[in-house]
Amino acid sequence: MRVSLSWLREYAAVPAEATPLEIDTALVGAGLETESVEDLRERVSGPLVVGRVVSVEELTEFKKPIRHCHVEVGEAEPRSIICGARNFAEGDLVVVALPGAVLPGGFAIASRKTYGRLSDGMICSARELGVSDEHDGIIVLPSDVEAAVGADARPVVGLDDVVFEVNVTPDRGYCFSVRGIARELAQSMNVDFRDPAALTVAAEATGEGPYPLRVEDTEACPRFALRAVTGVDPKAQSPLWMQRRLTHAGMRPISLAVDITNYLMLELGQPLHAFDRAALRGTLVVRRAHPGEKLTTLDDVQRVLDPEDIVIADDSGVTSLAGVMGGSTSEVADDTTEVLFEAANWEPVSIARTSRRHRLVSEAGKRFERGADPELCAVAATRAAELLVEYGGGVLDEHVADVDHRRPAEAVRLDAGLASRLAGLDYSVEETAGALRTVGCEVEVDGDVLVTTPPSWRPDLTDPADYAEEVIRVRGYDMLTGELPNATQGRGLTRGQRRRRSVGRSLAEAGYVETLCYPFVAPEVHDAFGLAADDVRRRVLRIANPIAATEPELRTSLLPPLLGALKRNIGRGHRDLALYEAGLVFLPKPGAEDLPVPELPVDRRPDDADLAKVAAVVPDQPRHVAVVLTGDFAPAGWWGAGRAADWTDAVAAADTVARAAGVELTVRQGEYAPWHPGRCAELLHDGRVIGHAGELHPEVCEALELPRRTCAMELDLDALPLPGIVRAPGVSIYPPFLIDVAVVTDAATPAAEVSRALSSGAGELLEAIELFDVYSGEQVGEGRKSLAYRLTLRAGDRTLTAEEAVAARDAAVVVAAERVGATLRSV
Amino acid sequence: MTYRNDPYDPKQVALLDPAALEQAVVEAEKSFAEAVDLDALAAVKHLHLGDRAPVSLARREIGALPPAAKADAGKNVNQARQAVQAAFDARRAVLEAERAARVLREETVDVTLPVDRRAQGARHPLTVLGEQVEDLFTGMGYEIAEGPEVESSWYNFDALNMGPDHPARQMMDTFYLKTAAGQVSKDLVLRTHTSPVQVRSMLDREPPIYVVCPGRVYRTDELDATHTPVFHQVEGLVVDKGITMRHMRGTLEHFAREMIGADIVTRMRPSYFPFTEPSAELDLWWPDHRDGPRWIEWGGCGMVNPRVLRACGIDPDVYTGFAFGMGIERTLMLRSGVTDMRHMVEGDVRFARAYGMEV
Repeated sequence: MRVSLSWLREYAAVPAEATPLEIDTALVGAGLETESVEDLRERVSGPLVVGRVVSVEELTEFKKPIRHCHVEVGEAEPRSIICGARNFAEGDLVVVALPGAVLPGGFAIASRKTYGRLSDGMICSARELGVSDEHDGIIVLPSDVEAAVGADARPVVGLDDVVFEVNVTPDRGYCFSVRGIARELAQSMNVDFRDPAALTVAAEATGEGPYPLRVEDTEACPRFALRAVTGVDPKAQSPLWMQRRLTHAGMRPISLAVDITNYLMLELGQPLHAFDRAALRGTLVVRRAHPGEKLTTLDDVQRVLDPEDIVIADDSGVTSLAGVMGGSTSEVADDTTEVLFEAANWEPVSIARTSRRHRLVSEAGKRFERGADPELCAVAATRAAELLVEYGGGVLDEHVADVDHRRPAEAVRLDAGLASRLAGLDYSVEETAGALRTVGCEVEVDGDVLVTTPPSWRPDLTDPADYAEEVIRVRGYDMLTGELPNATQGRGLTRGQRRRRSVGRSLAEAGYVETLCYPFVAPEVHDAFGLAADDVRRRVLRIANPIAATEPELRTSLLPPLLGALKRNIGRGHRDLALYEAGLVFLPKPGAEDLPVPELPVDRRPDDADLAKVAAVVPDQPRHVAVVLTGDFAPAGWWGAGRAADWTDAVAAADTVARAAGVELTVRQGEYAPWHPGRCAELLHDGRVIGHAGELHPEVCEALELPRRTCAMELDLDALPLPGIVRAPGVSIYPPFLIDVAVVTDAATPAAEVSRALSSGAGELLEAIELFDVYSGEQVGEGRKSLAYRLTLRAGDRTLTAEEAVAARDAAVVVAAERVGATLRSV
Repeated sequence: MTYRNDPYDPKQVALLDPAALEQAVVEAEKSFAEAVDLDALAAVKHLHLGDRAPVSLARREIGALPPAAKADAGKNVNQARQAVQAAFDARRAVLEAERAARVLREETVDVTLPVDRRAQGARHPLTVLGEQVEDLFTGMGYEIAEGPEVESSWYNFDALNMGPDHPARQMMDTFYLKTAAGQVSKDLVLRTHTSPVQVRSMLDREPPIYVVCPGRVYRTDELDATHTPVFHQVEGLVVDKGITMRHMRGTLEHFAREMIGADIVTRMRPSYFPFTEPSAELDLWWPDHRDGPRWIEWGGCGMVNPRVLRACGIDPDVYTGFAFGMGIERTLMLRSGVTDMRHMVEGDVRFARAYGMEV
């Protein structure tokens, strides 16, 4: 809500010397955050005066019509000024910037020769002065303007003001008004407040209203008031002061009747509607919409109404969506002479639902949704009619409609010590009661209990804690000095949390850069990945309102977004890339949608069975870890060439993760999209596949426009068990015996199986086994390969003899022969 | 003088002549001194210390002397031999030192050459900052709580005093999930804040509860310099007997000092959240802001609304609590001067690498 300081000052006795910063601080202290503070006095510097156009000479020799004017500015002689606008005549009052003035944007006015004449100043438009966006010609002031020719024009156009833009929190509906903000400001600055609503005395309802009316739904419409004015001059303009205030609030002046409704909405917080009474037919009815009923709202959208929408209708149909937006048919128009003002109060939930249903955010809806003050309906309707009589030359219709079904506000019994208990400071009963009265409550003190009734404009005050907040706020939040509570039962990070950190740190140490990708995915990626039609990763969760319509799915694998990040980096000129991400993937639970979800209570703890039912529909969201890499993994440099990233790095990344997690993975040849069918490692833990690593399928790289031989690894971190307590190893002090062994196997035999067989055969003496050569070629024959291992053998209690070592080696070969058909390679 | 080439003649005793011995020493010293390196020294060593060197030959002559003369002659010969040996040792030490110095000189490299022979990895500063927050609070005795990112709307809204018609619920810019039939799901949303973890923590634990929860949250904002639809928050929750707003303020001041700097100035001002009452915003005074000194909003906080406590089965007459939620992106922006939100979310390796392993 934007509001000018001059308007606030009308109701809050802000001292003249208060600076905008002090006022800002006071507003913030009251809980009204200021989005911006614009000091309009800084907009224009130098002489800006009211002038009277003495003569106008039309210059026709130029491409566009130009006027050469003489303008009286309170000096001995009128000034000669050239002007391109045409919306004024001799005798009009205008705003003139004289040489030496500087307009917004650093536009300095100087005396100069133009179009063959002297231009000794400038006649200004509203936009040139930074007052509004209006640029349909220059400002022509009303003839009765309260300023003399030659006087400073700033107060006339509102450039003597400061505009605050205040953010209003959802509980403070009443602060969508000058009335509310001024009240808060006065309280915060401890100065007097004058209630603008108290300035008008609303007349009692008369037997017959100004128009036939029937309120059918008094639940949704607790109050409905009507006043009318007849014989209005349709040409009457809003007074300048009203236009200024509307403009400062960011609204465009439209017509007198509409401006009055907007003005009072801003001043009081009570939205109003102005009907053309002559355009209404039959009785005005407040009711629920009929199914299929239609309304074209003022924003030119035809809307099909819902039977839950509250409407105002006459015999010709729905005239407005109550409390949200009017319709175009009965709106005041250029020729309206009979104006019917409606000021009603609507039930917030119903308004909220209608707004939401029709995706219609309006100034009125915003206020009703948060709860408008029902006291104001009759006041606002009366004040509107009075203003229209005053400025539109009409006659007040003495008939008053005021259908009033308000319910009295409920009193709350409040523990007087609650504020002290919540704040940690002492608030006496007197201070507590006093603070609540300051904000408008009625308070009866009953020992340690305060019986408190909220003011009509504070429907948010329902719970004891709401009142406690008011008490603490009135003394000031800045009185709350800090102290630390004593948390005494810490356990530090869980093992799982520590593991997550170790994994991330290890991958980063290994050369991977962490990226945090959005989990949003395009459906096409599944085809690009070559996933089978029934692949579980195609079973996705979809977002109903995605940011990008092309990416409505939630990831079931970390790779699609991570490969996207890889591409973005390539696009920015990076070639050698190794990225990692650790994050959640989203896996719908089969059948979860068909499960009934109970309505859980909010006034007590739901029972465990119901919580379990809710848990059953929340998707599985395991934490995965993934890497992608391309280009050189070991960089090239003055030392020589780099080493291109390949499948081994991807598998090694899995190993890095496993080691950081304190578990061992086994690796087996796999075939799994999107990996290269011959270069895909299946990662297993305890016999269960928990991930894959290797080189991506060439077709995947092509489809996703990735560099050839891009590699990737992804595993399910949550599938790895947390390690137990590590048992200490025995550390032998005897020397090791190193012995080499080369075995020949079928080329297709996985090396991992060969080494497992050798290890198991070598027995307890084996400390380490290292594959140092893989050879295939003539010497071992077609379809065969030779694997050369170095065995490190060591005993815990003695130095091994050569005989023992050879025996262990031979035993290893025997088992390898049994399990994988390996033979000792003869050299 | 050509005795070196003379055949041995036992009758010649001229070798024992003190002058001859002295001459031999002088010769040796000169010869050693002329050796320019260890090889040259080795090459002349035998001439002065070998079996056929003058001092060695002289020693053999002693046996032929009359007993009365032996002692004197022996002493002379030994002195001469020791002198030669000393000369040799001294020269060798000098030459060895020279060689060692030369080797070191020759092995000199250009230590300014690039040495980054391994790929440079990095962790994302948002992750690291989140961990620092965790460490700060675990150090104070808090636990780290967790919750799902696709969340049930009961946890995300209803239990937090945001019923279906609550205006704040509409303002949350929520991502809703779709049912298989293509309808908007009533039950599931992408969590709009980490506050549902408060609810989960209270349902899972008995008070006293001291938890923080850093995590990802989602709002339907387009990505630009100051917004991102996916961002990180850290939620804090304390529920205990006698917890007050002053505890909240003290905790957040400590948090701000540790995250931003010891001299940070904070301001707590009234605000509104459905799940806290009273509610507040914590602002930080930013004297170096590019648009001039000002207060900057850091995060929201408040005393846990008794309605929320009740929904979680905690008696508000016995326990009070406070909760807070801070943006981790925002904290990083403030702390290290990030000017564009996009740098934090686009995954450009240059951004994370600039931080390395710490923030």
